[in-house]
Amino acid sequence: MFQSRKLSIIVRRLLQAIPVIVLSTFIVFGLLKLVPGDVAVTLAGDNASDARIAEIQHIYGLDRPFLVQYGSWLWKAVHGDLSSSLVSSESVLSSIERCLPHTMLIVVLAMLLALVIGIPLGIAAASKPGSWTDGFVMTIASLGVAIPNFWLGMLMVAFFSLDLNWLPATGATPISEDFWDAIRHAILPACALASGGIAEVARQLRSSLVEILSSQQVRTLHAKGLPPSSILWRHGLKNVSVNLLTVISLLFNRMLAATVVVEAVFAIPGMGNLIVNGAIHRDFPVVQGVVFAMVLIVVTLNLLTDVLYSILDPRIS
Amino acid sequence: MAAASTSFQSAPTQTNAHRTSSASTDALLDVRALSLAFQTSEGELPIIREVSFSVAPGERVGIVGESGCGKTVTGLSLLRLLPEQTARLSGQILFEGRDLATLSARQMRAVRGRDMAMIFQEPMSALDPVFTVGEQIGEAYRAHFPVDRKEARQRAIAALAEVGIPAPERRCDEYPHQLSGGMRQRVMIAMALICQPKLLIADEPTTALDVTVQSQITDLLRTLSERTGTALLFITHDLGVVAETCTRMITMYAGEVVEDAPVDDVLMKPRHPYTSGLLRSLPSLSARRSVLPSIPGRVPSPNAMPAGCRFAPRCSYAAESCQVRQTLVALGPQHAVQCCRAAEISLPGAVN
Repeated sequence: MFQSRKLSIIVRRLLQAIPVIVLSTFIVFGLLKLVPGDVAVTLAGDNASDARIAEIQHIYGLDRPFLVQYGSWLWKAVHGDLSSSLVSSESVLSSIERCLPHTMLIVVLAMLLALVIGIPLGIAAASKPGSWTDGFVMTIASLGVAIPNFWLGMLMVAFFSLDLNWLPATGATPISEDFWDAIRHAILPACALASGGIAEVARQLRSSLVEILSSQQVRTLHAKGLPPSSILWRHGLKNVSVNLLTVISLLFNRMLAATVVVEAVFAIPGMGNLIVNGAIHRDFPVVQGVVFAMVLIVVTLNLLTDVLYSILDPRIS
Repeated sequence: MAAASTSFQSAPTQTNAHRTSSASTDALLDVRALSLAFQTSEGELPIIREVSFSVAPGERVGIVGESGCGKTVTGLSLLRLLPEQTARLSGQILFEGRDLATLSARQMRAVRGRDMAMIFQEPMSALDPVFTVGEQIGEAYRAHFPVDRKEARQRAIAALAEVGIPAPERRCDEYPHQLSGGMRQRVMIAMALICQPKLLIADEPTTALDVTVQSQITDLLRTLSERTGTALLFITHDLGVVAETCTRMITMYAGEVVEDAPVDDVLMKPRHPYTSGLLRSLPSLSARRSVLPSIPGRVPSPNAMPAGCRFAPRCSYAAESCQVRQTLVALGPQHAVQCCRAAEISLPGAVN
């Protein structure tokens, strides 16, 4: 029964993902067509005649109706073909394969930092609400939320790279080439990305733990004679794990989006970089491909979150 | 039954002849002049004032009163379950001769669940939703006895069977949300009694339950108390439950004990106007008539207490002498009342 319940969650969520993918790629496609500018003008080069531009539009199928263009892109995408870049003619799939590891490395590293620092801070604050520790943690957390990550990124580059010369200021090394060098390059961007995450994890964990620790169910645990350590670590944490999971999954999505800015600051050739360049040149297959990949990642993560919910909380089915 | 041993400590100037020193030492629980105040931003808010009563081993005592009379906080203060930062306790809580009020946190933990246990009003919010009931019951045992999980589970199953839960092996692995309200309260009782405590505090255990289940739970508590010899402190606003379950009844009003008497006596002849009012406003116990009597007004709030008798503003018997502070006075070996006019007035009870 338990297994079939989980299976039905997975099937239901996968079916829900289809309209999400279609709708999001459609909207992005529409936006690209709405903004002025045309890739054909770029491709035709300077001083090209109108006839030349029209010719190029015809070659790439840009003169077809909007819906036909979208339909043909979607049809190919469903069959695993994400087309090629109109500007560089590199296959979009191989562009993504090249860029995604850079982005995922800094997101995963930032997530680990957020959890490893945020969770102990949240627990420390919640176990003594109103104390000096609590006030300190909450001040740090407010700062973390308020400070923009690109500004923090620039500050860290100035200090750790330019002054101390500890870490590289910009660029990235593929993790497959040199693992430690890849990590060295990823540390600063990950820290910049993690600052908001640390604050978010600490604040959310603190508030849900404080709520649980003052609840009636915890009063029962005290009445049973359990020591405070067992109440906090065994009952408290298991009860807030669902809230924490929600925070993590939202945070992951937000970090993925924030890489666009952070990659620009640190000049990392990741997904953010790819989509920004694609959008500037109206290179719609690239933009569509990146959006498609991101939606797939987000949908998969949400699916994983839902399955974990049902494991952590017996009331959720 | 065990003799109701009552000691009245609130009147140091009016030491009564009926109080004997042996009565206090025989008691399982002897609460002496227990006061509680909450610290708020506007200063201290007194909640209960010099509450004194005692419970003999195996005795079943009911604490009654309207909402806001301080019944629940009295129960919670006995186990020191109120937040230590804001709740200030004074007075003595003598349990088997030891003053719980002076114990360290660690010593207090050894008493909770082991010697004195408590069950609460809403079993759903009192249980942890993400642990099975078996784990929660077993954990209560493991907190006080060095047994492994397997034995704790066996004990939990036995405890579930004890409180009348069918198929306890299966129920043991279920979560609270899979059980009905009555079942959950049975689980709470099983959890509270697994270490065979000497005193069980039941804080309105039937209020949140269906009417049909209420009497089952009340019967269960009485039966278990009789069989195991666990004393019961039954906090409720339902006087009918006290009449059926308890042998002694303590009436609380506005944070004070106003009457303390054997149930049989007090049902027939209450000596405090408030007890009389409570009894007469009870549909099942009052004489058949068209209009159910009620007590006018409401319990005063803690920061607006009358200076004299706290019940006087609502009392139809109030006189000049009620304007001074009242003390609990013994009327007989087992009956005490905090009313200066108790001797002059004759009050209607529930049973004629």
